[in-house]
This record gives sequence, C-alpha cells and structure tokens, in this order.
Amino acid sequence: MEIIVCVKRVPELTDLEVAIDASGKSLKNDDLVFALNEWDRFAVEEALRLKEEHSGSVTVITIGDEESEDVLRRSLAMGADDAVRLWDPSFSAADGYLAARILHAAISKRPFDLILVGSVSSDTGAGVVGGMLAAMLDVPQTALATAIDVIDGTASVQHEVEGGLERLVELDLPAVVSVQTGINEPRYVSIRGIRKVSGVEIPVLDGAALELEPEAISDSARRVTLEELFVPPVGDGAEILEGPTEDVVAELVQRLKAAGGV
Amino acid sequence: VIMNKVFVLLEYNGSALDESGLELAAVAASIVNGDGKIVALAAGAGIEAAAEAYISWFDEIHVWDDERLGIPDGEITASVLTPFIEEEAPDLLLAAHTNNAMDFIPGMSVRLDRSLVTDCLSVATSGDALTVVRPVYGGKVNARMTVAPGAGGWIATVRPGAVQASDDPGRAGTIVRDTVGQAVPLGRRVVRTVAAEGVDVDISQADKLIAVGRGIEDAENLEMIKSLAEALGAEIACSRPVVDKQWLPKSRQVGTSGKSVRPSIYIAIGISGSFQHMGGIKGDPFLVAINKDPRAPIFAQADVGIVGDLFDVVPELIDKISAASG
Repeated sequence: MEIIVCVKRVPELTDLEVAIDASGKSLKNDDLVFALNEWDRFAVEEALRLKEEHSGSVTVITIGDEESEDVLRRSLAMGADDAVRLWDPSFSAADGYLAARILHAAISKRPFDLILVGSVSSDTGAGVVGGMLAAMLDVPQTALATAIDVIDGTASVQHEVEGGLERLVELDLPAVVSVQTGINEPRYVSIRGIRKVSGVEIPVLDGAALELEPEAISDSARRVTLEELFVPPVGDGAEILEGPTEDVVAELVQRLKAAGGV
Repeated sequence: VIMNKVFVLLEYNGSALDESGLELAAVAASIVNGDGKIVALAAGAGIEAAAEAYISWFDEIHVWDDERLGIPDGEITASVLTPFIEEEAPDLLLAAHTNNAMDFIPGMSVRLDRSLVTDCLSVATSGDALTVVRPVYGGKVNARMTVAPGAGGWIATVRPGAVQASDDPGRAGTIVRDTVGQAVPLGRRVVRTVAAEGVDVDISQADKLIAVGRGIEDAENLEMIKSLAEALGAEIACSRPVVDKQWLPKSRQVGTSGKSVRPSIYIAIGISGSFQHMGGIKGDPFLVAINKDPRAPIFAQADVGIVGDLFDVVPELIDKISAASG
C-alpha cells in the first residue's frame, strides 16, 4: 500500500505567551519553538501502522522552506520511507486552497492508495486541506478520523460527528483521510534516530518542477489573505484571585460555598 | 459587494434543527442587500416539520425531506445540495463550523469553485471582499482576513455561539420542497453511527465537575484530582488531550467532540479553554479556572480564576475543602 502523508511545521504554543511582531501579521519569532503539527504526528504514526500491517511505503510531503526539513526528518526517523519538500518563494503566502493546489500538483503525478493529513494545523486552524485535496483528486474522503482499517481496497474509517458520536464509513481507495488526534500513540523518536536520517537527501520540488503555472500560485490566486493579527478582547473575563496560594485558595473555597459547591 | 442572495445551511440532529441556524440567519441579515434574499437549506428525514419553526427568519427554506437522508452524513448532504447551490448561485453560503460541516464543506468549495473561510467569529463585507475575524494559533490570537471571491462566490463557516441569534425578524418565509435525486456520494458508504467507547460514568448528569486538561502533565497526577473530587463530591471530566493520552476514557471528555455537560459548578484545572472544549459546557455553571498561563482563553470565560501552579493550588484546595466540609 502506497501511503502519502502531508505534514506541516508549526510553532508550538501550548504553554507560551504569544506576542505579535511589528508587521502585525506574524508572531514574534524569538522564543518560538517549531515542531511537527500535532495532528500530523498522529497521521504519520497511522501511516506507519498501516504499512506495518499491509506492507508498502510511506512518503511524507511538506510545503515549506529549508527550516521545514526538520519535520520531514522527524517523520523519516519515525519510519517513513521517503520525504519530499515542495518549495518556491511564491509558495510563502499560500492559503489553505493554494496549499491544496500545490499538494495536488505533487501528488497527482504519483501512485497512491491512501493520503493522510492532520485534520487541522495548529497555526491557521482552518482544517480545509484534506477535503479540498480529495475534491481536486476526485477521490473519496473523510474528516476527523479516529480509527482506520484497510481491507481489500476499502478503508473502514470511524470519524467524529456531532454530539460525542462517531460514524463508521467505508471509502473506496484511493482516498484522503484527515486524522484526528488520539487515533494512536505516536512512537517516540530518539535523538539517535534523528541523527541516523540526518544524511538522507530530501528532494525539493519547485513550482516549475510541479508544472504549476506561475499565475496559479500568484498572490491574485490566493483567496484568503491575512490582514492583521490581534490579541482577542478579554471581555468581562474571570475575577482573578491574587495573593499567596493559601489566601487565594481560602477565598476560592468561600466562593464555592456561596455557589453551593461546598 | 452587493449580496443579493445569501444561503444558510441548517444543521439537523434527526429531531430538531441546531440553534446555530438562527445565528447564521443573524449573520446573513447583517450582510444581505436591502431587498436581497436569505434562503435556508435543510436536508434530512423528517426535517420539514422542524424547519417550520424557523420560517420567519428566512425568505425561503428549501427542504429535502427524504428517508435516505436519515443519517446526517456530510457527503450525502453535499451530494444533494451541491447541484442546487451551483444552479442557484448565491453570493454567499453560510454554514455552522461543526464536525459535520468540516467533513464536506472543503470539498464542496472546490467543486463549486468558491472561496472558503472557516471558523469565523464575525463576517462582514468590505469593498469587493468578505472580511472575517477568526481565531488562529489555538485561539491565542485573532486574525482579520479578507477573502476574495472564487469564481463562484464565497462559503464561510461560523463558529457556533460566536454570533448572537437574532430575535424573530418576522420575514415572510415559505417552505419550498425539493426532491432528492441520487444521494450517492463519491466512493463513500455509511456503515453505522457509534457512541464513543468506555462509558463508566455519565458526566452529562453531574452537578459538580472537576475537569482536567493537558496541564495535569501525567496520569499519576490524577490521584490528586480524585482526592479533590471526593472532597467536593464531584465527578471528574477532562479535555481532549487527556483522552488522547489515554489517561481518562473518552466518555469523560467535555466538548464538541465529547459530551455536553450542564453542571452548576465546573472547576477547570490545567485546561486552556479551546472553543471545542468550551462548546460542551452548557447552562452557565459557576466556572473556576486554575491555570499557570495568565493568557489562557479559559480566563475570558471563567467566573473566578487562579493564575498559578496547579500542583500548589490543588493540594491546598483539598485541605481547605476537607476542613470546611469536615
């Protein structure tokens, strides 16, 4: 089974305070730590799991400049067979739609049975690339997958719907599946593992190699344009209890009492 | 842009329309041209009766009421609605930003060659473009974005609860019945709907909930949370990362992909407060947030907050509650 996984390098923001830079359009870069998008980590693991069960190969693809090589190497260290980087300066301002177009140009020339993508990337949070890519390739798709099984050219995919329910659907392969976190336990990658793949040559394909017309990926082809980032207004917000831990906890207990909680 | 025709996609759970439909109606009313039309689309088995209730928010509600639409599968819905939207060519199609919509809307936008922007907190027009505000970087920052029309116009998904539903605007709506042709999506078949696994307690019925998130750092630390829950007589709930790490079963997850809960007290510990999590908290409980990140979005919605290390705060809280109730 030939599996392609689309991955992305994103800043990790879980515990970090964010600051907006002078351009107003990006985050201050100094303290940011970049990593493989969390959803994509599960997608790579799922691809490896399926390969181990059905044999075949796993190819990881990303759109990004040289700095994005690290997420490809991490995927190789996890066990992916090949990696491809798609980069052209004109790709830098791609929105989700253009990202899907670029991925489509790269993938439509390759054989594949299954394409896995993370359901969303933690930076833009748009969640559109999987569904768009499937439509461009004219193959079936499912979003938010929590379990994938492949039997005889059909993928049985469980995916999250509304109200805490999940739905099992069958997809004829080839297909695109967008993967939700928690679908598996991504394997640990050691520093030694990363070092082992540090010498692997990763091919880079630009717009010309992908036979993308310049106007197809130009600024005017982009549909969604970032104008400005801003810190959301907090509104009323919580009353923050301040002081030594013992005092704030005592105050909290009083509040819980008043609310009927103690 | 002059918006002469705005379509609103109504979500249906099999018995009632989702309230987000009225929020979308408010967005549509704020953008549509004075004598323009707001048209709702509703597809599902038995949906016509449910659609009657929303009639005065729209100029027309098109219903596809058919047994084959009994399971609200996104791709089946898309296969029914796509030809209609193509034919009617509204300027803008609005849908709620739900798991269901995100399953089929991205593909639909490509097939209709429409620009798509998702998870909007607000939608307006400016010049030739749509301007939206949407959260990025996990909600730590908002982005103002402009959206150029694709060849076919726009599609925007709006976060449920982000926009206030309007009071009955008294539009003279009519129901228009449409017939379902072939409801067969490309290469995809529904097998069955399943409930999440691992049901050990029904948190949706709990009056007091202590919810833990990623900040708990390790499964071992749940022991401390259990002591707190016992002292308070509360059930333990959690946010998604805790389930992903298999520290607690999925049945304890609160959120749009988990359970909806309606407690009177909700203590969120080490939870950042993503909209997916907050979307599961209903009925305005007394909400306490304990988090070390002062910028965590949960503080915007909590009643009372403590910015601090949960490993200091929780043991102190267990002592004080035990003393108070002892």
